[in-house]
Amino acid sequence: MKHSYIYFSFFIFINTIFPTFGQQIKKAENGIFLLKNATLHTVSSGTFIGDILLKDGIIAEIGKSVNSPQNAKLIDCTGKHIYPGLIDSGSRLGLVEIDAVSVTNDFDEHGDFVPHMKALTAVNPNAVAIPVTRVNGVTTVFAKPDGGTFPGTGALIDLFGYSPEQMSCGSERVIMRFPSTGRRGRWDRRTDEDVKKDAEKALKNINDIWESAVQYMKIDSASKADNQKWYTNNPQMIALLPIVKGELPLFIEVNSKNDIESALEWVVDKKLKTVFTGVAEGWRVADKIAKANIPVITGPILNTPRRDNDRYDASYTNPAKMAKAGIKVALRTDNAENTRNLPFNAAFAAAYGMGIENALRAVTLTPAEIFGVADKYGSLDKGKVANLIVADGDPFETKTKIEKIFIRGWSIPMESRQTLLYDEFLQRTPGLK
Amino acid sequence: MSRLTIVLALILPGFLNAQNVLIKNGTILTVTKGVKENTDILVTNGKIARIEKNLSAPAGTSVIDAAGMFVMPGIIDAHSHIALDVVNEATNPVTAEVNVGDALDPLDVSIYRALAGGVTATHAMHGSANAVGGQCETIKLRYGTVNPDELRMEGAPRTIKFALGENPIRVHGEGNKIMPNTRMGVEQIFRNAFSEAQLYMKEWDDYKKGLRKSSPQYNLRSETMADILKGNIIIHCHSYRADEILMLMRVLKDYNVNRICFQHVNEGFKVAPELAAFGASASVFADWWAYKFEVYYSTAYNAAILTRNGVVTSINSDSEELIRHLYHEAAKTQRYGDLTDEEALALITINPAKQLGIDKRVGSIEVGKDADIAIFKGHPLSVYAVPQKTLVDGVVRFDINKDPDDIRIDINPNEKYSTFFETERNHENSGCLKGISEMLMQDSYAKFMRFKYSQNHTH
Repeated sequence: MKHSYIYFSFFIFINTIFPTFGQQIKKAENGIFLLKNATLHTVSSGTFIGDILLKDGIIAEIGKSVNSPQNAKLIDCTGKHIYPGLIDSGSRLGLVEIDAVSVTNDFDEHGDFVPHMKALTAVNPNAVAIPVTRVNGVTTVFAKPDGGTFPGTGALIDLFGYSPEQMSCGSERVIMRFPSTGRRGRWDRRTDEDVKKDAEKALKNINDIWESAVQYMKIDSASKADNQKWYTNNPQMIALLPIVKGELPLFIEVNSKNDIESALEWVVDKKLKTVFTGVAEGWRVADKIAKANIPVITGPILNTPRRDNDRYDASYTNPAKMAKAGIKVALRTDNAENTRNLPFNAAFAAAYGMGIENALRAVTLTPAEIFGVADKYGSLDKGKVANLIVADGDPFETKTKIEKIFIRGWSIPMESRQTLLYDEFLQRTPGLK
Repeated sequence: MSRLTIVLALILPGFLNAQNVLIKNGTILTVTKGVKENTDILVTNGKIARIEKNLSAPAGTSVIDAAGMFVMPGIIDAHSHIALDVVNEATNPVTAEVNVGDALDPLDVSIYRALAGGVTATHAMHGSANAVGGQCETIKLRYGTVNPDELRMEGAPRTIKFALGENPIRVHGEGNKIMPNTRMGVEQIFRNAFSEAQLYMKEWDDYKKGLRKSSPQYNLRSETMADILKGNIIIHCHSYRADEILMLMRVLKDYNVNRICFQHVNEGFKVAPELAAFGASASVFADWWAYKFEVYYSTAYNAAILTRNGVVTSINSDSEELIRHLYHEAAKTQRYGDLTDEEALALITINPAKQLGIDKRVGSIEVGKDADIAIFKGHPLSVYAVPQKTLVDGVVRFDINKDPDDIRIDINPNEKYSTFFETERNHENSGCLKGISEMLMQDSYAKFMRFKYSQNHTH
């Protein structure tokens, strides 16, 4: 016992005098930062050259000239561009480490009706893909379960922190996948008849679920009104309560033209607040979606057209066509490890009709509005969470270098395992000999 | 049928009349000879005849105004599975005798979508189910033809697909309970196939010298392996991990084979000095990783590290999606590794041409080369670039201003819209394991494979 104490002390001593043994891990830096003389792309109120002060995790000041408080770290950003951190409105980042290794996949629980499965529980703060993603300027993602009809509850998370609590943006949303009449792939050889039958069965299923949920809500409200204690163990129904009550929108994944039309009818019938996600063929029925006043999260934009006879650019132009019809459009990658390509997805939407300004809004302020966090996220405004990127140009442009990122006011090291491998192997030592 | 006829009637006349073209006033990114501003390209009989300022159009020459546009060599994808009916002959760890050139599909709409991304030639590859897969076919994207033979790039060297690691192990070891079930087994499959071919060559040699009376049995598999040993076929090897890349180079050295391009080669950056010393080339993804365990330790800086270490490197798609924006994939090497414009463009033009042995014909804009040309609005390495026109042998095969709906052949005339596909998330559904991953999902697959295999042996 005594010996082990001595060894332990010796170990501490050695580690104190040789702290650089092994890999030096860069850590995030906290403090008061004053970023001076940058081109500030606020998204909410135009673009101008000025200063921005980050303190206590929020944007404390922003303006043409901001006085430096004591202890502020001054960062000269002359010639640099500052943008709000980009938000991916749908990703499996943190919920999957390696696609083909099923035990590292945590987005698809068994059961078709599991709305109570919480993405926030399974998000791995140490997923290798998280630093890979954020160094490209993506600071926030909606991590979402996927699979059955009600695969679970997604969570908006910031890409820095060591626990779900540190990462959560306080916005969670239940997801429903609307019964699909599309084909799951070229290997899906069901007859048209069977596809129709499957969809009808699935629709009956969600109608039954909804009827139960409404009943549950009535019993729950009645018992609460009577001040009665109601003992219940029905986590699925509890998860649906805020939606049935109209407090939160239901995220409905729906893609083909016919399915979108069916979903629109269903939503009107149930009098629901909703957000449509996926919406690959939104452009075919954009007017109807706009009329129903339903916001849309669409993507990936870098995707093949869904029908062989679609125009080659159908996926590129979809967001622009929906936006032009008056739909509120946010973008997503629907990816995991390559969520870092969100800015490029946005750029293709921009190039194919949406324009850079609108595409930027679709990955910043619009998602913040859709997730109900526009008071905290999505633009460079005083009082908002200090999530921002400093770049040498337009963050959508491929060769632009993202030079710094701040998440919740922390200056994040600009490295990931991919940059570390570059550092190690650009000039490998030993080389050949 | 009638719809198909109408469609072809629309496509063919528009495409086939213009092999004499004058492309005026473009900014020409030659890739091998620098950038030429405000310069014209005269195409005669499908070949680049002159590259000069202020050329005038001879009679019978159509003119393309490229003022304000960027003109680059047609993009070449060194790893693709478009325009193929089938991809994997997954019935044996060695299937050198089969050839995807026997399964070309000129009606695949992915050809048109690739053209709309500036691509003019692809390496149509066998899949990665087998250690020695089938032979591949280098094709030109002559969309509009219904004759599979017209897709072939005449005179292109023969190539063959090899595969290392998880895919042959999954298909044969796990699925079929035969070798290879490990990376040790994969090595021995190659050594065995090459040794058998050496014996086969010797038998024929002996017969020709009169040392044996009866001729040996002709065997197309051994013939093909022998052609690799003779240096007549370029190997393109699906590979990921550094150790297995080193393994194959050791095997090839032992059999005196040196024409090889490693495909995917996600860990190529770890053994870049060895690849360069061997003279092996590398064809990589810009940033795909983590879809399976053997690509977990990847980096998007792979292409830059390989290039800086002197390895001839290309960026490929292996996907009907990525192939539509290879110009953007190449540009990623400027974010991840600071390659110059010329280096980045070489990754999708002259370098893949070298890897396929067609660099004398295509891959740069030079007098005498095939007029395979892509015209862009915006610099092709900009994320906002939009392809405008794509020419193959001087024939305009894609024109953004002439893009009627009927150019996409609809196989079901009874439907207003053709079938809607939900996203195929798994990259293997469209890539190297095309046709295999869904089979692996089925319990009956292993039984089916064993049945097939026993059939092969009883016959």
